[in-house]
Amino acid sequence: MISATQQKIADELDVRARKYLRGDGANLETLRDKKLKGQLVNREKLYGQSAKAAAKAEKWLLPSDEGYLEPEGLEKTWMIKQESIVREVDISSFRKPFDMILPDLGPYKLEYTPSGRYMVMGGRKGHLAMIDMLNMNLIKEFQVRETVRDVVFLQNEQFFAVAQKKYPYIYNWRGTEIHCLKEHGAALKLQFLDKHFLLASVNKSAQLHYQDVSTGVIVANYRTGLGRTDVMQVNPYNAVIGLGHSAGKVTMWKPTSAKPLVTMLCHFGPVTDIAFHKGGHLMATTGMDHKIKLWDIRKFGLLHSYTAHAQMLDFSQKGMLALGNKSHVHIWRDSGNQDYKQYMSHEMVKGYQLAKVCFRPYEDVLGIGHSMGLSSIIVPGAGEPNFDSWVANPYETKKQRREKEVHALIDKLQPETIMLEPTKIGTLKPRRTKANPTKKEIQEEMESAIDAAKNITFKKKTKGRNKPSKRTKKKEEGVFKAKRPFLEQKTEERPFKRQKKEEVELPKALQRFSRKKAQ
Amino acid sequence: MKVKVISRSTEEFTRERSQDLQKVFRNYDPNLRTLEKAVEYTRALNAAKLEKIFAKPFIGAMDGHIDAVSCMTKNPNHLKGIFSGSMDGDIRLWDLATRKTVNQFPGHQGAVRGLTTSTDGDRLLSCGTDCTVRLWKVPVLEMTDPNESNEDCSKPLAVYVWKHAFWAIDHQWDGNLFATAGTQVEIWDQNRSEPINTFEWGKDTTVSVRFNPGEPDLLATSASDRSIAIYDLRMSSPARKLIMQANEDCNCYTYDGRKLNEAKLVHKDHVSAVMDIDYSPTGREFVTGSYDRTVRIFPFNGGHSREIYHTKRMQRVFCVRFSCDASYVISGSDDTNLRLWKAKASEQMGVLLPREKRKLEYLDAVKERYQHLTDVKRIVRHRHLPKPVYKAAALRRTMIEAENKKDERRRAHSAPGSIPVQPFRKRRIIKELE
Repeated sequence: MISATQQKIADELDVRARKYLRGDGANLETLRDKKLKGQLVNREKLYGQSAKAAAKAEKWLLPSDEGYLEPEGLEKTWMIKQESIVREVDISSFRKPFDMILPDLGPYKLEYTPSGRYMVMGGRKGHLAMIDMLNMNLIKEFQVRETVRDVVFLQNEQFFAVAQKKYPYIYNWRGTEIHCLKEHGAALKLQFLDKHFLLASVNKSAQLHYQDVSTGVIVANYRTGLGRTDVMQVNPYNAVIGLGHSAGKVTMWKPTSAKPLVTMLCHFGPVTDIAFHKGGHLMATTGMDHKIKLWDIRKFGLLHSYTAHAQMLDFSQKGMLALGNKSHVHIWRDSGNQDYKQYMSHEMVKGYQLAKVCFRPYEDVLGIGHSMGLSSIIVPGAGEPNFDSWVANPYETKKQRREKEVHALIDKLQPETIMLEPTKIGTLKPRRTKANPTKKEIQEEMESAIDAAKNITFKKKTKGRNKPSKRTKKKEEGVFKAKRPFLEQKTEERPFKRQKKEEVELPKALQRFSRKKAQ
Repeated sequence: MKVKVISRSTEEFTRERSQDLQKVFRNYDPNLRTLEKAVEYTRALNAAKLEKIFAKPFIGAMDGHIDAVSCMTKNPNHLKGIFSGSMDGDIRLWDLATRKTVNQFPGHQGAVRGLTTSTDGDRLLSCGTDCTVRLWKVPVLEMTDPNESNEDCSKPLAVYVWKHAFWAIDHQWDGNLFATAGTQVEIWDQNRSEPINTFEWGKDTTVSVRFNPGEPDLLATSASDRSIAIYDLRMSSPARKLIMQANEDCNCYTYDGRKLNEAKLVHKDHVSAVMDIDYSPTGREFVTGSYDRTVRIFPFNGGHSREIYHTKRMQRVFCVRFSCDASYVISGSDDTNLRLWKAKASEQMGVLLPREKRKLEYLDAVKERYQHLTDVKRIVRHRHLPKPVYKAAALRRTMIEAENKKDERRRAHSAPGSIPVQPFRKRRIIKELE
């Protein structure tokens, strides 16, 4: 006999546990192997138990709470200014909003490490600086005397990449130039895929480069074919790069295919910015047609469309959307069902042109880079209050940082594993129904077979037997062998079609001369 | 207005003194972890490859016998000792750690066919083709001075002479009786020089005998007329008999003792007759030694072996034993050597730090989760086979496939249901007798 309160607690835990289940259970009815079925049923039960345990830990063991902003009376949240917020918060949060005025060296772009502790900023005219945000220490500041278009951190705060006038460069945390990445060309935007150790860049001639920063190999180099663009964002959920183009298209790329995975027509004019929600199901795009559109990336459908002016977008860890336009910053919040409404707004001094808005991870802070330097404002409820030491630790020691780097290298993912739906790995393959597979499926199978055949490496023969012509011939044979079963399938279908056609065309009087079916 | 902003104090999240442990905070939210499955898959792949790198199962060979090793037994009270008997009557007690002979028990005139120890570990019984059963005293292995105990044990405590050659011997787990197998099954008591009971069913020699560890009065025997009989000592009559179809057909069959009309499982992987089987003390797997010069370890509920051990120098394997701590496998073979192997080929022996142990357990779990994906499966399953075994297995496969295809065609061309489908577990059983 469980009492009412216990039942309520159990129900609440069930609701929380759903998040940890990571989707629905597998459909085990399609399995015919009884032994395997029994083992998988057991495993599903264990998943349920571990989800419940994680829900309990979430309820009782997490140290910090989320931030919030509750207006009183007739106040509205977007009318509340930073000064009034700063007056109400405690001393440690007093230092969080600041304005760094650096008027000479151009609009500033900024980037935070995934733990939110370090920030690197790059001014257009070549001013680079790295700051430890916890203590507000300046770690290194230097001038490169060249145009700087973008800055991005690599795997930790030890390295950052800067897209300079002609090539991207990689610098040490001490400011020493480590590498000059000549293959990339004049990069306009850089992005780092941290699980794969890939640095992606899009350059002035609209080429997309992927380079592995741990081995230095250029993994891929594709011509997008859609014109110069500097709108590039990586989707953290599946490590796919989204590019926005001047024709209103948004394309999604992975390093192993020369054609984009998806092409979407999003706006009627050039796309000015894209942002991906951290959960992987939402994408926000803004274009010069003064619209902000929210897309569901799983089904590639439009969710909401708002008329608003925005030049840059960013999503926070808790799903807040920051919009930057000339010298205003607006922050929108999800009011249920992915419908975003105005939450806060901030006006910079008139004349400051915004260059970048970037939420700081694990803090309720929004960093703003503009033409007169750098600012940051408090946005209560934007950051995730509880960090996980094994994922991103703002209080990392040197030893922990080194260990993390080594483990990240050991677990480095191969670029071939990037796919639109990464949760499909290890799931039950749905059994093919009795009906014949559709044309599209056959096409996909053929393509995957051809890809596999192309990736086979042949042994290098010696003693003069390693002629390039023979090697290419052998490779082509392999590809043809992979294609053959699909071609045979096609020829099997055709004869029936021909017969049917013939029968239809002949008039009744001549049908006795038609080719009879084999008996 | 009410405002709250995330503010963390550094003292709360870092340690006070350098002697303290670093503080670790966990948040299990899946939204913080991107690409989890891909990372797990990569770890499974790397773990499978590392397992193959560290797979060095062979520990050493124990040299000493001058004829093929025909039987072995382990002493339940001493982890480090193993007894082995050879075809020329030489019985030795080995120390597994040093891989040297501790004691020799000379006496048998012909081949030693069976060895067994009593449950208290004090007595060793051996039987052979010279129609004798000898009872020996087991020396205490802890004595560092080997010369002292040598005198005591080289003479048997008792010699029982009987009318026919013996094929196997086994001691009751919970009592004082032991059984021998020869033309008949005989039950002996250590204090009597004649068997107290005899069982016989059919005219063929019984080839092996085993007592049931759980039920002290049940014993099972197998005879050369392809039958398996279960006897009950209290009833003084045979309880059940099962006749199989093929002798030495390279498969192992697991039966539930209560239901003998159908095998619970068929374990197929050997290409030649299976000579010896031993269960692990955990009961989750068993090791088999076969005439095809390989030793295989099977899971108790799996149809195929999880591990195969072979060496160029190891010839026909006549006996295998699992060590009492489930970490080692000992095989005795035709080439007069006993070989010591690890039960888990890539296991690190010795004391592991708890962190290391946890990491290894995690890697095992992640490999198990992704074991069905092709890349991981290919690496985990891969074992090098000696060429004759590989070819023999391929040949068996084609033969079995051909037979299955013929069966299927017969079924397809006859009235549906006229040729019933019989599972392989039942096919090999001819009949069951009471």
